[in-house]
Amino acid sequence: MRLLFLFLLLLVPAKGRAQDAFGAALPGLAGGFAQQVEAAERLGALGDPRAVPILRALYDGRLLRGADGALLIRDGERATVAVTGAAADAAEAEQVRINNRVRAVLRGVLGRLSLVSSDPAERLAAAEAVFRSRTAENIPLLEAALARENSARIRERLELALGASRLAAGDDAERRAGIVALSASASTEARSVLLEARAAVPALSSEIDAAVAAIDRRLAVRRAAETFFQGLSLGSVLLLAALGLAVTFGVMGVINMAHGEFVMLGAYTTFVMQEALRGIPALAPWSLPLSVPAAFLVAAACGAAMERGLIRHLYGRPLETLLLTFGVGMMIQQAVRLVFGAQNREVSSPPWMQGTLELAFGVTVTQNRLWILVFSLVVLGLTVAAIRLTRFGLEMRAVTQNRRIAAAMGIRTGRVDAFTFAFGSGIAGIAGVALSQIDNVSPNLGTGYIIDSFMVVVFGGVGSLAGTLVGAMSLGVINKVLEPYAGVVLAKVFVLVAIMLFIQRRPRGLFALKGRAAEQ
Amino acid sequence: MSVALSAPPPSRLRLGLRAGLGVAVLLLAALPTLNALPADHALHVSDFIVSVTGKWICYAILALSLDLAWGYAGILSLGHGAFFALGGYAMGMHLMRLIGPRGAYGHPVLPDFMVFLGYTDLPWFWQGFQYFPYAMLMVLLVPGALALVVGFLAFRSRITGVYLSILTQAMTYALMLAFFRNDMGFGGNNGFTDFKELLGMPLGTPAARAMLFYASLVALVGSFLICAALTRTKYGRVLTAIRDAESRARFLGYDTTQHKLFAFVLSAMLAGLAGALYVPQVGIINPGEFSPGNSIEAVIWVAVGGRGTLAGAVLGAFSVNALKTWLTSAAPDLWLFVLGGLFVAVTLFLPRGLIGLFDRLRRRRAS
Repeated sequence: MRLLFLFLLLLVPAKGRAQDAFGAALPGLAGGFAQQVEAAERLGALGDPRAVPILRALYDGRLLRGADGALLIRDGERATVAVTGAAADAAEAEQVRINNRVRAVLRGVLGRLSLVSSDPAERLAAAEAVFRSRTAENIPLLEAALARENSARIRERLELALGASRLAAGDDAERRAGIVALSASASTEARSVLLEARAAVPALSSEIDAAVAAIDRRLAVRRAAETFFQGLSLGSVLLLAALGLAVTFGVMGVINMAHGEFVMLGAYTTFVMQEALRGIPALAPWSLPLSVPAAFLVAAACGAAMERGLIRHLYGRPLETLLLTFGVGMMIQQAVRLVFGAQNREVSSPPWMQGTLELAFGVTVTQNRLWILVFSLVVLGLTVAAIRLTRFGLEMRAVTQNRRIAAAMGIRTGRVDAFTFAFGSGIAGIAGVALSQIDNVSPNLGTGYIIDSFMVVVFGGVGSLAGTLVGAMSLGVINKVLEPYAGVVLAKVFVLVAIMLFIQRRPRGLFALKGRAAEQ
Repeated sequence: MSVALSAPPPSRLRLGLRAGLGVAVLLLAALPTLNALPADHALHVSDFIVSVTGKWICYAILALSLDLAWGYAGILSLGHGAFFALGGYAMGMHLMRLIGPRGAYGHPVLPDFMVFLGYTDLPWFWQGFQYFPYAMLMVLLVPGALALVVGFLAFRSRITGVYLSILTQAMTYALMLAFFRNDMGFGGNNGFTDFKELLGMPLGTPAARAMLFYASLVALVGSFLICAALTRTKYGRVLTAIRDAESRARFLGYDTTQHKLFAFVLSAMLAGLAGALYVPQVGIINPGEFSPGNSIEAVIWVAVGGRGTLAGAVLGAFSVNALKTWLTSAAPDLWLFVLGGLFVAVTLFLPRGLIGLFDRLRRRRAS
């Protein structure tokens, strides 16, 4: 309480002084041209945002001098008293005139005053403009603006501008302060400003070199962090696409080349949900979360039908299963193409998935990628829980370990087969919901993922969900690390070749099953 | 694998097949001659029929090669399209070199796309392709070498069944991505086209078409005879044994890796030959030929005709492609349903394909 009082005490005189200087400078605006210039510059130096509407009105010819000498601002038919904003009678008032010299001064002052504007976008633009102009005159203004600024993003830009302006100053002490300020940032702009100054001020070149090196280190850390995140993001997509396959192929041993088409069906379910819920305002914002169960059910139903109707007859003949499921996938794809058309369908993102998020070191990540990463881990967790903790999971493991004993124990193996296949297909459908957010929803959405998914499952180790997780994430990261050196396509080719060679060393993948289960 | 694929068909069927094949070859051989007849002649055959049949013959060679790997050695390759395309690219490089200064940019040596991309010298791997024998050697060697490397790595670590299939699919997918790149030196996604001549014959003329047609036919008959002879030898028998029970064959002392590798490499070379004959007939080669879908389509030709029988592979290639040519113009939306349906129907109801069906019908009539 006492502290607060002290603080207020401190605050009041400062505020009062500014008030006085502000009030004292105002009348000059209505005086002669020389007086106007002086008043405008004083207001500009004060850095008080209240001056902005008054100066702008003067610039636009909307500033009036009332009969009592008070300044009024005309706003169409009405007029308000400057500073207080109260309504005023403009009948007796006359317009304050300016000449070109005043106009030029006003432009400069207004530009600098935008630094303290109440609109953050305007402040940001002003900070960028000041950074580009880089003159020592702006230093006090920037300091004033920094003292008031709350937004971290604008502060960062202001500090950059301040550092650059200091570097342009006459004396070396100021320049050194500028170098220190710039080296604390981690932007390529600060780096190029420093390099520019290095040529202009040879005396400080060693300090500048050290600062550039510090920036380079920070940039490298940021790039590495961003690459890592991109890799994890790609990994999460691969994980989602491969998880269903890890169940149908890894656990059941059924090779399903139509897996990518189930993913595609999930994406189209998201599209249909979006269109269907458009008319219901209460549900429309929830169309994406609601699509998750819907896509699971659609894909699971297709999977169950396929297992019972076709695949069941081909157990023990994997090559035939491969061809059959490929044919089914082809038909699903063509059916979707006929129903929805061959062009891409637009699935919009809900607001909470848009935009970017800034982490430490200025590392930026896009929200939708972050959500998909989290989502993929949740889906993985649920899949593991379903297999480990539920009755269905127990029966599923029993059937895959020893079908005949499981049947002897009273488990209806046929039903378990159908449910397992439906479960894996349903997960593929869920993957489609996530992919609809980052990829084009088109009939051949799935074909792009099928080979990668198989690679993940084979690399991670068939039958191991942990292997699928590690396989997906490491393939994602390796891909993204290679990309800057080799380009997108060649990175993919390298990864494919690397997997081929990897299988040489460990034919059963990273997380090979041990013991009896490995012999099947 | 309960379906016995190696059961020798009854001798009457075999005789009938042989006679049928002979007649078919003679009929095919007559096509270019009939094409040369005046247009209003009753027996005249249109240019379209000749060029389309010429393509089918190349497909039939590809089917034969795939049948050798899948039907006899049990290697279901989903990447045979890659060998076909590599052969095609080797031929395409020869044809590009033969264009010489007649390209749009008029450069004496460099093909148009290289001038366009700012090349100043011919890359080393393009050297020598102006000589026909060297190009033909590459048509066989490049696919063969790829098959040797992939096959060696795969068979050595006993990657079999679906794993091998996916591996080969990944191979053709990776090659497709690689060939789409402009800086590979293979024309990027435009590939090669605008060919002018081959062996001094201007392409696109009836004479050139007839020559290519006969060359393809000779290659088909030759490949058929090679495969037929090979599968009758002891080597062929061992190969079938490996297909049906690999571990057992290995325990009996056969080197299964080498047996499979030989079949795979030979098969890749035949596929390359098919591609090389195909490219001058269609006049273009681009990375789309590497797409996994093409390889899968070749698998269905063999499956429909009847794998494990050479005649079946050829029959399948002709019948499925005839169906495709007809359907894609009559009802383009339906084609993919029919193709997908063929996969389903053949695997469920016709595991031995059309040949198996004829066999069954004949036996039923006999009993």
